[in-house]
This record gives sequence, C-alpha cells and structure tokens, in this order.
Amino acid sequence: MPAPATLRVVLAEDSVLLREGLAGLLARFGHEVVAAVGDAAELGETVATGRPDIVVTDVRMPPGFTDEGLRAAVELRRRHPALPILVLSQYVETTYATHLLDAGDGTGVGYLLKDRIGRVEEFIEALHRVAGGGTVVDPEVVRQLLRRRRDPLGALTPREREVLALIAEGRSNAAIAARLVVTEAAVAKHIRAILQKLDLPQADQDHRRVLAVLAYLRG
Amino acid sequence: MNVWQALGSRRFLLSGWPWRAAGYLLGAALAGALTLLAGLLLLTAGVLVVLGPAAFALLGLPVARAERRVRRLLDDRPVPDAHRPPSRPGLRAWLTVRYTEPVTWRELGHALLLALLWPFDVLAVVLAVAVPLALLATPVLLGVDGGQVNVLKAWPVTSWPPAVAVAVLAVPVFALAAYGMTVYAGARAALARTLLTGPDARITELTRSRVRLVDAFEAERARIERDLHDGAQQRLVALTMMLGLARLDAPAGPLTTRLARAQDEAERALTELRQLIRGIHPPLLTDFGLPAAVAELADRSVIPVAVDLDLPGRFPAPIESTAWFVVCEAMANVARHSGAGRATIAGGYAAGTLTVRVRDDGRGGAGPDGGTGLVRLGDRVSVVDGRLTLSSPPGGPTVLTVELPCRPLPPCA
Repeated sequence: MPAPATLRVVLAEDSVLLREGLAGLLARFGHEVVAAVGDAAELGETVATGRPDIVVTDVRMPPGFTDEGLRAAVELRRRHPALPILVLSQYVETTYATHLLDAGDGTGVGYLLKDRIGRVEEFIEALHRVAGGGTVVDPEVVRQLLRRRRDPLGALTPREREVLALIAEGRSNAAIAARLVVTEAAVAKHIRAILQKLDLPQADQDHRRVLAVLAYLRG
Repeated sequence: MNVWQALGSRRFLLSGWPWRAAGYLLGAALAGALTLLAGLLLLTAGVLVVLGPAAFALLGLPVARAERRVRRLLDDRPVPDAHRPPSRPGLRAWLTVRYTEPVTWRELGHALLLALLWPFDVLAVVLAVAVPLALLATPVLLGVDGGQVNVLKAWPVTSWPPAVAVAVLAVPVFALAAYGMTVYAGARAALARTLLTGPDARITELTRSRVRLVDAFEAERARIERDLHDGAQQRLVALTMMLGLARLDAPAGPLTTRLARAQDEAERALTELRQLIRGIHPPLLTDFGLPAAVAELADRSVIPVAVDLDLPGRFPAPIESTAWFVVCEAMANVARHSGAGRATIAGGYAAGTLTVRVRDDGRGGAGPDGGTGLVRLGDRVSVVDGRLTLSSPPGGPTVLTVELPCRPLPPCA
C-alpha cells in the first residue's frame, strides 16, 4: 500500500517543547499535523475524528506518566489494525517494542528512540516506511535482541550480523547496500546466507522478511 | 552485668550484690508505700473533684522514673523511656500525649503492682537480715539472760552447746537468705521491666521507621527519575532535533561538520542519561514488572544468563524493587568478581514468599566482607522482612537467594 506523499499525522507528546518541535519538523517536510495532543486519552478521540495516515506517539504520558502512550498505541492497533503507528520512546528495553509488535500483525508499525528524531532525514524516511505498511525497529533495540539469542547467531559472519541487524531495523536491500557501501547483489547474497543459516523462509517482500527476522530474534 | 549473672558468680556472697538487691527492694518498697498513700489520697479527693482520678492516672510516671533509676543497682541494661515528647510546648499538649500513649497506662499498672507488693519487699529484706542475726545472737542472749532463749520465738534453747550450734548454723542461713532475697529482687526487677517496656515497643518502632525511610528513598528515586525524564531528557531530544534541522539548512562545509559533531555529543549525553536513569529507578520494572526487567538485565549481561521466573503477577513496588536490586547487585558481582561462564536467575512464588535465586559457576569464595555490597543489600532486604542468604564455597558455585514474604497484587485491568 503506497503512502501518500503528504501524510496526515496525529501527534501525541506531553512535552510542549517536543510537540511543537516535531510539528514544525513534519510541516517542514510537507506533512500535515491534523492534531497534536498532550495525553493518551485525547489520542483515542482524535484518531476517530482526524482520519490520520499515521499516528506518532510518545510512550510516557499523563495521567500516570508510565506507559500510557504505549498502551494507547496497542489499543489503537486493536481498533484500527490498518492504522500505521510510530512510537517514540526513551526506552531501549526490548519489552516495549515487543509489546507494540505483538499488538497487530507487525506491519505499519515503528518503535524508535527519541534520539533518532535528530537525524531528521532518516526519521522522515522511517515515518514514510511505517506509513507505507513497513516495520521499523530502533537499531539500539535490535542490538539488544541480537544479544539475546547467541547459539545459532554465532554461526553468522560479522558482516552477516551487520546485515541481519539492518534487516531487523526494517531496511530495504537498497538501503542496506547504501549503508554498507556494497552492491545490492552482494546484500542479496548475504541475506540468502543468513536466512538459510537461521532456517528462515526465503521471502521476496521486504516487510515479510523483516517480520520473520524479528520473530526469530524475539524467540 | 546484671543480677542473674552475679548470682552465678562464685564470689557472689562476698560481692556487693546481696546489698544491691536489698537496696533495690527497699527502694521499691518505699516507692510502693508512697504510691499507696498518694493513690488513696487522690482517690478520696476525687470524690470531690475530677482532678483526683485524672492525676491518679499519671501516678505511674514518677514511680516508673524512680524504678528506672533504682533498678540500675541490679541491671545495667537500661529500660528505655518510651514516652513521646509532646509536639508543642505547654501543659495541654503534654497531657494529651501522656493520656493517649499506652506506656502511661503500663506505668500506672506497674505503680499499682508496687503498691500491693511493697510489704513483701520489706519482708524479704527483713527476713534475710533478721533470721541469721537472731541465730547468731543466740549465745549472747543466753549469756545475758542465763535461763532460756527462744530462737526465732519458736525453739527454746537452754544450754550452751545447742546455743553455739545455732550460732554456727547462722552462717549457711546467711548465705541461703542472701541468695533467696537476691532471686526475689531479680524476679521483681524482671517483672517491672516487662511491665514498663511492653511488647518490644522499641523494635517495632525501629522497624517502622526504617520502612518509612526506605519508602522515602524509593519515592525520591522515582521523583529524580521523573524529573530527569521530563526535564533534561526532553531538552536534549529537542536539542538534537534543532541541531538536525540546522544541519539541513547549513551550507556544506566546516559548519556542517561541527554541527554533526555537536549532534553526536548530544546523542552520547542522551545515551548516558538513559543508563543513569535505568540505574536509579528502572521504568521497565514499574511498567512491566520483575520478569520483564530481569529478562532485559540478562540480555545485557556479558555472560550467558538463563532466566526462569514464574510469578503469578505483580507485587507491591517495594518488594519488586528489592528483588530487582538484589538481582542487579548479584549480576554485577558475577560480572566483576566471579569469573563465571554462566549464570541462572530462577524464582517463583509459593506459600506467601517470593524467592529469587541467582547462581553462577564461578570461583566462589564470595563473602559479606569482600566489598560486594552484600551487607547493604542484606539491610535492604531485612527492611521488608525478607531474608538474604549466600552460599559460596571456594571453587563455587555461588548461590545468592532472596526470600521476601509478600502477597501478589490483584490483577488490574
């Protein structure tokens, strides 16, 4: 499902500083912030009326300042399974990301550390990927996941581990090739080797492959 | 040293202890007699005015004070004064506190007991002194009187040999009397102590204040974590965002490089801040509970860690955080000192106790004095009435077990 060039975004973030900043950033890249709210309860109502292409939400929000934003996101995925959601967080712990991925079929969902907003162009690209039905997981979270399962991963070469991490983050062959400064054919070769070593099905579509790898890493 | 230890000593009869016992009993008897007198006066006065019974209720205060002073003769363990200081100056505040605290009424009970027992106290001393003296005096009296002496007014003695025998008998009777009187005094002092201290008042209060202290620390940690999250962290995120936008606008050249470096620094600060926050009060523990937090901790460990935590749900925050800090400290020790290649974290809940066990296959020999923070950890565990046990024979394995009595929280929606 191709996402429109101009995204209608609902933004939920309790810090005024960040909310305004994000709204400005999105506007600058030509996206329309249809609503910017400060707590999780408002988020649910706004989504019903605003018909956004994507929801961008913080994890920790009023009233309880625990994981209200995440719970709201999980609830939204249950009610609107096709609505893409990008969760911004301060937590690298994999449990938060796992909760989000488990809430639906894992497509059109993203979990990024707030640090990544600063890498403006990459952030906007991630936003597009999620809006287009892709899966995006923060590199730091992927690193945590890679540490978890040691035995079969030990069979991978360092290069293959790098590629695996980039797949898990939700990147396409072209993006991986650009990142590692190799050809796409080389990337495709690495990916075939990885999937074979981990005994995963050879999937053609990017996002299926991402989900397979993530499911594998989460054990 | 107290009176019971003195009774066991071989030099007891030659020591000052029998005299101390006599002094204590006479002091108590005096206090008892005065209490009786004062009590009767106050109660008769109370027929006319309300103040009498009111003052009567406070009669225990001076008596208990005297008891605390006099009992030092027999017991070097002080009986703590459990009275609370009034919160405000003035007679009214003082009276309010005194009438409402249980120790006042315990002291009144003690005073009334003294008022009843004082004749026995006097009798004990008089008997212990008079009986042996009377025996000793038999030959003297026989010499003075010439005819007949009634020993203790009961046994008539008329000739010298039995009179001398009775006088010799005075020595063991003296000893027996000294022991008897001292035992009675010791028992009286123990009774007074029980009445005055109540059911381990000090220990309960101490525990309660430690629990309060730990709760306060816990709240403070949560507050610091919140402040860092809502303040510094958000500002740093905003800063990286501004730097990122500035990089977009800046013309390619040295300025972009410098902006990129500034952004790297800000990101590093964010990473460090995140680690700091995790150490202060892990949000994951609050949001998802112990198994999730422990699993993440195991993921971050440098050696493989198997986790097997089977819990029926969430537990009260102090329990979860205590268990969490035990596991953290144990894992830090495993990484730092043990030289282990593997570790397991296992735990469960049964019979009202949450048990978590961290085991490693390292070299063992860990102890509370090895700078491992185990003592501090033990203190923390004891505050929630838990138990921390360590088994670490040289050569390993090291097993650290924490047991926390608690109930799981009802599941919330």
